[in-house]
Amino acid sequence: MLTEFFATFGFGPGGWGPSMLTAAAMTLAVALAGFGFGALVGILGAWAKVAGGAALRTAADAYTTMLRGIPDLLVIYLFYFGSSSVMTPIARLFGASGFISLPGFLAGALAIGVVSGAYHTEVFRGAYLAVARGEIEAALASGMRRMLMFRRIVAPLALRYAVPGLGNVWQLVLKESALVSVTGLVEIMRQAQIGAGSTRQPFTFFFAAAVLYFVISSVSGWALGRVELRSRRGLRIA
Amino acid sequence: MDLPFLYTTLLTLLPGVPLTLKLAFSSVAAGAVLALLLALCRLSGVWPLAAFARAYVFVFRSTPLLVQIFLIYYGLGQFRAVRLSALWPILREPYWCAVIALTLNTAAFATEIIRGGLRSVPPGQIEAARACGMGTALRFRRIVLPLAVRQALPGYGNEVILMVKATALASTITLLEVTGLAAKLISETYRAIEVFIVAGAIYLLINFVITRIIQLLEYAISPHLRPPPFPVIAEKGGTA
Repeated sequence: MLTEFFATFGFGPGGWGPSMLTAAAMTLAVALAGFGFGALVGILGAWAKVAGGAALRTAADAYTTMLRGIPDLLVIYLFYFGSSSVMTPIARLFGASGFISLPGFLAGALAIGVVSGAYHTEVFRGAYLAVARGEIEAALASGMRRMLMFRRIVAPLALRYAVPGLGNVWQLVLKESALVSVTGLVEIMRQAQIGAGSTRQPFTFFFAAAVLYFVISSVSGWALGRVELRSRRGLRIA
Repeated sequence: MDLPFLYTTLLTLLPGVPLTLKLAFSSVAAGAVLALLLALCRLSGVWPLAAFARAYVFVFRSTPLLVQIFLIYYGLGQFRAVRLSALWPILREPYWCAVIALTLNTAAFATEIIRGGLRSVPPGQIEAARACGMGTALRFRRIVLPLAVRQALPGYGNEVILMVKATALASTITLLEVTGLAAKLISETYRAIEVFIVAGAIYLLINFVITRIIQLLEYAISPHLRPPPFPVIAEKGGTA
């Protein structure tokens, strides 16, 4: 059984090893892109919630409540098929025909970014609020401008408080990236489906997919733990 | 905005709501029982049990739910033994596969929530119960569990919402709950934005109602945090 497993996922001719590893790289790429985009959205969202006027605050609140209450799969459908309902008529103008939409990678990364942006917003907002008032007052008292204060005082301190929360968001994003397979993007899940279809061994392939996710998640969990430790160096343990 | 289309979309998607709710509630209910058992294993102090619970939580939390659903629905049929077993009529049904996968998944997350609740019970309460002569089972039923539930409920509310969202994945194994119907409608009409608005509104409404119910539950089981219904009158001679 085990030899069979290794034969199936070998790197020789007919082995699925290389394609599964490429797919794992694709999963990492789409998850990282989504996470990065989500972080940008989150910074904007947190800024709107902390420093914005009534309208901005309401908009940011509506965004975070809505995105945290709607299934991620629906959001991915929105970006993948929704982009087609915008782009297909435009493409028609230029004489193209058929189904035209954002490529799976872009639609997936955008969807993941928009969903995780809601979680990022809360993480960054909490982290900002955790920065001690005294630090900000001291920066103001030393005559720092807002940008300088943000860059030198607020951002580094807030990032320290944000690290554990960001780790949680990353694990969420990683698992969410499996849903991007519905767009046809060949990441781990899609590759496993292809393999399962062509070899008629669905359990073997989905089990391999689970192992890949497990490894990525464990390794990044370990790395995040290291980052968290490092971000707290010089801090007294409360 | 095309209101008649939104209305027909709503009428198309509403029949999916019962299935969404059924999936969510049956898996949350079964998952809670499993999670309580796992949390007890974890805190039992018997190392094989604790290690099993720890491994279970770790594995199910670090793989995507979609993989778990596919492993159960598409995967298990690969084995002849499963196909010939008495369980096959259940494991062949996408509905039951979805319920099983969702249950196993939510149990892992809920184990941690319940474990936190159980560990938050003040030792003094347990000692007091012991001092009254309560046995382990009675103490667990009357003292530990109620206090743990009260502590764990807010966290559990989040998990219920996550489960409602997770039922959307059942659409990937052919179940036509709200997301499944929405995906079908999108592929028929190519109007993803309108369908998304209606489906999203349905989920938001469901989740809003659930949050409210949980808030009411929280209120009901924490009378000690409420102000007394009438001003407490100082007892006679109680003035300092």
